[in-house]
Amino acid sequence: MRLLKSREILLAAAILVLLAAIAWRFPGFVRPANLANVFNDTAILIILALGQMMVILTRCIDLSMAANLALCGMVVAMLNATVPGIPIPLLILFGIGVGALLGAFNGILVWKVEIPPIVVTLGTLTIFRGIIFVISGGEWVNAHQMSAAFKALPRAPLLGLPMLSWIALAAIALMALFITRTPLGRAFYAVGGNPTAAVYTGIDVGRTRFLAFTLAGALAGLSGYLWVSRYAVAYVDIAGGFELDIIAACVIGGISIAGGIGSVGGAVLGALFFGVVKNALPVIDISPFWQLAISGSAIILAVAFNARAERRQGRLILRNREAAT
Amino acid sequence: MSETTQRFIPDRLESRWTSLLKSWETLLVAVAVFVFVVNALSSPYFLNAWNLSDATFNFTEKAMIAMAMALLIIAGEIDLSVAAIIALASTAMGLALQYGAGTPELVLVGLFVGLACGAFNGWLVTGFGLPSIVVTIGTMSLFRGIAYIILGDQAFTGYPADFAWFGQGYVWWVISFELVLFALVALFFGVLLHCTGFGRQVYAIGNNPTGALFSGVRVARVKFVLFLMTGLMSGLAAICLTARLGSTRPSIAFAWELEVVTMVVLGGVNILGGSGSIPGVFIAAIIMGLVTFGFGLANVPGIVMSIFTGLLLIAVIGAPILWHRLRGEKTLP
Repeated sequence: MRLLKSREILLAAAILVLLAAIAWRFPGFVRPANLANVFNDTAILIILALGQMMVILTRCIDLSMAANLALCGMVVAMLNATVPGIPIPLLILFGIGVGALLGAFNGILVWKVEIPPIVVTLGTLTIFRGIIFVISGGEWVNAHQMSAAFKALPRAPLLGLPMLSWIALAAIALMALFITRTPLGRAFYAVGGNPTAAVYTGIDVGRTRFLAFTLAGALAGLSGYLWVSRYAVAYVDIAGGFELDIIAACVIGGISIAGGIGSVGGAVLGALFFGVVKNALPVIDISPFWQLAISGSAIILAVAFNARAERRQGRLILRNREAAT
Repeated sequence: MSETTQRFIPDRLESRWTSLLKSWETLLVAVAVFVFVVNALSSPYFLNAWNLSDATFNFTEKAMIAMAMALLIIAGEIDLSVAAIIALASTAMGLALQYGAGTPELVLVGLFVGLACGAFNGWLVTGFGLPSIVVTIGTMSLFRGIAYIILGDQAFTGYPADFAWFGQGYVWWVISFELVLFALVALFFGVLLHCTGFGRQVYAIGNNPTGALFSGVRVARVKFVLFLMTGLMSGLAAICLTARLGSTRPSIAFAWELEVVTMVVLGGVNILGGSGSIPGVFIAAIIMGLVTFGFGLANVPGIVMSIFTGLLLIAVIGAPILWHRLRGEKTLP
């Protein structure tokens, strides 16, 4: 447990060093207002990383989250464009519901048909994108077709922070409670840490994974609304390639791809690392084209570091580690 | 991500013919014939030698990578960075072109960059014992990221005319160079996997890496060689693709890794390692090419086709599992 703690502290320290290095040349970047902007800009990635974390904890992986987000975003945007009268909270609930349904579809295939999660979500990733094209006919939903209230919600200020940031903060708090204080949250760790032992303690492994996928889907649905309303546009390719950013945020945050290891703090810090890098590059006058290579290097370093830390724990003697990957 | 599955050991082997009839490859051939007939019936333009020849360009480059990827997945690893290797190799070729490289140098640069990227992946996975799925997600960003750093929003063009032959040339009548190359690559990997000791080692590693290690298989070295070969094939695909398109952008071959993996899995290779065959992947590649081409002739947009690819992937993996379940062969959690 102390090792886990120290890993998050190390990551937080790395982010602080990064911030300090930027502040040395560009003090404006660390102004509270700007840092709040960076957080707001990373809010959606944080919410998605929290969802992905649950799935990865149970030794699964969800490659379809970005496609799920795009489909839910398109559905709520089209609903808003055709029936502007629907109250926004209802619309958000609807988006979450659609997302949960799509996540449950992944989950049921993993649970009942026992297809490896990577195959399932590779398939549904393309299916979801295809469905967006079918329902939208390849058309965009543009800003002028959305109602003012639809676009205003993520920007609405509350105590100095935009609503989007508050939603992310609420998601972090709820997830921290859920994952550490509820039987289901603990079951995620048990299933990922040792599925066989989990069965003998009375946990239904398949059902737990199903619930992880469903909850991750619900968060993707919520993010779908947030994404579409924030950028005020919906089309087939929104958040294209974002699924790997989500996984990368988790990996950087110290969540083990072999399952059972990880924390809410890690996922949030991993996402924030991405956010700081992305927002700092234009400030320190490095071409944004560097971002991809930097995040790639960060992922490789993080996974190497994670592997070293996991090996040092020395509790995996009897587990078939090869079967885990 | 897997659980141990109870292995079913029969007391008597099936005869050669029944096992051939029930094999995955037979099913794939049936699907391929079905797709072919449906296409031929639905479009008068399908049964034309030149059109069919054009159709092969849809899959040859991806299928070359899929051959090497099949061995890698059978050995229990995966490489998600193949499309990024194409981008980096293509960018390197464009860069070499700016320094006055001719066609032979361009080919060498492409192959070398592919090998180097494969070696880097292999070094990270075998040298440090890291999970390949995350490592190659990382190198995928890194390789394509380097291509973006070099190119930004620009493009390399102006490849020499004789270089274009690698992507557009024909060896004989409608038989393109790419098709011949793909056939040779498939033959090479087929022989390597099914007729050599190295191939048996690949299966052994996929089924039980620890057991293979204790049996004297140099697990790390075999895996490293597999990563090298996957990188080399990506370099080869980069040469063909660059020659065919005649230009390099950093977004070249975007998201191909998912299509390559789909091809391999559709070909009957177990995503968890240990089983699969090259003929299966070969037929799966042809099926995907035919389907793409047929939908294209029927004016179905590519993205709608992806629904079909996704459903095919899930159905093809899920159906046998459900079939076994219905026959009462329970699997333990």
